[in-house]
Amino acid sequence: MSIQLFRIDDRLIHGQVLMGWGRQLRSQRYLVVDDELAESDWEQELYTLTVEDGLEVVFATVDQARAHLTEWMDEGVRSVLLTRDPTHMARLAEGGLMKGSEVNVGGLHHRPGRHQVRPYIHLDADDRDALQHLADEGVTVSGRDLPDAVRVPLDQMLG
Amino acid sequence: MTGGGSGGMRGVVVAHGKMARGLVNAVGRISGMEEGVLEPVSNQGRSPDELKALILERVGTGPCVVFTDLGAGSCTLAARLSCRDLGRVAVVTGVNLPMLLEFVFHRDLDFDDLLPRLEEKARAGIRILARPTPHVDTAVPD
Repeated sequence: MSIQLFRIDDRLIHGQVLMGWGRQLRSQRYLVVDDELAESDWEQELYTLTVEDGLEVVFATVDQARAHLTEWMDEGVRSVLLTRDPTHMARLAEGGLMKGSEVNVGGLHHRPGRHQVRPYIHLDADDRDALQHLADEGVTVSGRDLPDAVRVPLDQMLG
Repeated sequence: MTGGGSGGMRGVVVAHGKMARGLVNAVGRISGMEEGVLEPVSNQGRSPDELKALILERVGTGPCVVFTDLGAGSCTLAARLSCRDLGRVAVVTGVNLPMLLEFVFHRDLDFDDLLPRLEEKARAGIRILARPTPHVDTAVPD
């Protein structure tokens, strides 16, 4: 499978993803699935500027990503797929599209209504529903900010 | 020197973990700058929206330079996003101590004069001062 990592992280592309994960996985491409960002050229430019030359960044809406997901998985380019919240990832996985995959919850920070379950994971009711939905779609969900960190299983996240 | 008094630009240092606080503390110890000339902001435990709001709050209403640690990081992204529409704010990445000291002592300059100085001082502060002894191959040939 050429999508090496499915990750939920509200910072999307940032140092931890590029250096902590991307260098270890030798990733070649970052697939950012976000409805809002896919429509904003100037924000895309900011994210793209943070990535080293030679690495590719693709921005897509959830619908566009669903249309391309099988192709991305099959085409042999080592990729990291990112969404900023569990809801985007759950919509991507709808209908068993990601069955058998693993999703990494890597950074969901505090905002009103969210409660801390790990220092880097804060969840509200919508987040919990979406993570459970991912599991119901046959996806393994766990929390881990960096590759060497302890993996937190979904049942511990949902408490 | 006390950082130039109440006039002049202010600075906000945005960095990972405790780096910003450490840098601002070090600048204060070296320069004796007044409190509030440089404000530290950490990204630790903050959502992108919280970080952007905090940067905007610290930037205030006057001219300001936002210093960030890593070009490819969430601090820089948040700084650029939050300051995008503020014509009175510059964002500079790759912050180091020489850069901040230059800022503190020349923050009365305008952006056109100040920003190249900051970049120059930061680069000039990086030098290799000693190298390990070259490896001597003592192996006896067959």
